[in-house]
Amino acid sequence: MEQPNLSYIESMSGGDKSFEKKIIDIVKKEFPEEVKTYRENSNSDNFKLMAENVHKLKHKISILGLEKSYDTATAFENDLFDGDISLKEEFESILNLMQNYLNEL
Amino acid sequence: MNCIIIDDEGTARAIIAQLCSNFQSLNVVEEFPNAIQAIKYLNQNEIDLIFLDIHMPDFTGFDFIDTLKRAPKIILTTSDPSAAIQAFEYSCIVDYLVKPISLERFKKAIDKAESVISVPEPKETTESVETTSDNHLYVNIDRRLIKIDIPNIYLIEAKGDYINVKTETQNYTVHSTLKKIEDKLPHDLFLKVHRSYIINIRKIIDIEDNSVLIKKDVIPVSRSNRPELMKRLNLL
Repeated sequence: MEQPNLSYIESMSGGDKSFEKKIIDIVKKEFPEEVKTYRENSNSDNFKLMAENVHKLKHKISILGLEKSYDTATAFENDLFDGDISLKEEFESILNLMQNYLNEL
Repeated sequence: MNCIIIDDEGTARAIIAQLCSNFQSLNVVEEFPNAIQAIKYLNQNEIDLIFLDIHMPDFTGFDFIDTLKRAPKIILTTSDPSAAIQAFEYSCIVDYLVKPISLERFKKAIDKAESVISVPEPKETTESVETTSDNHLYVNIDRRLIKIDIPNIYLIEAKGDYINVKTETQNYTVHSTLKKIEDKLPHDLFLKVHRSYIINIRKIIDIEDNSVLIKKDVIPVSRSNRPELMKRLNLL
């Protein structure tokens, strides 16, 4: 499975470590909040709101360099509009992977 | 160009602001986490360009555009490529950036925006650094050529389409670029230490790792310019 990385953030920073720290701090703050909202909507099977939550989470997936996971999230987002949750487990494993990575930063 | 950023995601706002910082022509004046706050701001302020997210809770980017009587130019920023067709219906939209945004792609969008936005000439402060002679240069302010003694300049700061020239006695805001004035200053006395700052190295009070203190101004020194700065100093 692909691993999260900081390549994109580093490509934006031009070596500016304070910017890198700023972005990581914002991601660390926002990501658990977005996941919490997603899980609440997931628990109530609100697929439309879940799709919106997945859409928002996609940006952070891409920021952490997870290209294949981004594709999975896009597919899951589209499926949710049809009430299809077959990619739910795979998507949530991506969220777990990201949270573990952020915990170590 | 004065810009605002509208995006409900703090990460996205920070990244767009960072991308903007690579362009002297862009001046990010405000950031907003939702469209409602931005509408209130735009009712009282004029700006040239908006970086606008499409997917926001309650009020989408398109809803926002529909509320504007006179929309400035807009660059859409989104994770959703599928709304591009809808974007073509709005003449104010100059480009459509899909996140994550690369610097190269962002630059293309700014080039497009600059080609369609004509920045009005400032009314009172007009072009530029005119002439240099041995120890002074002239700047054109309010249609008057004002003489500035070069050794008295301690700092020049880029501010969008303007530069602030700071001297021992006075500050001057001039419609010009850092590059233009840099070419007219003696290279043994002045050094560009950051993309937005030129300093008079004789006026430095102290230096830390990545900043210099000049008068009361703390000026960042970019990593790439630090070796040249250190080379110029008369170090013990």
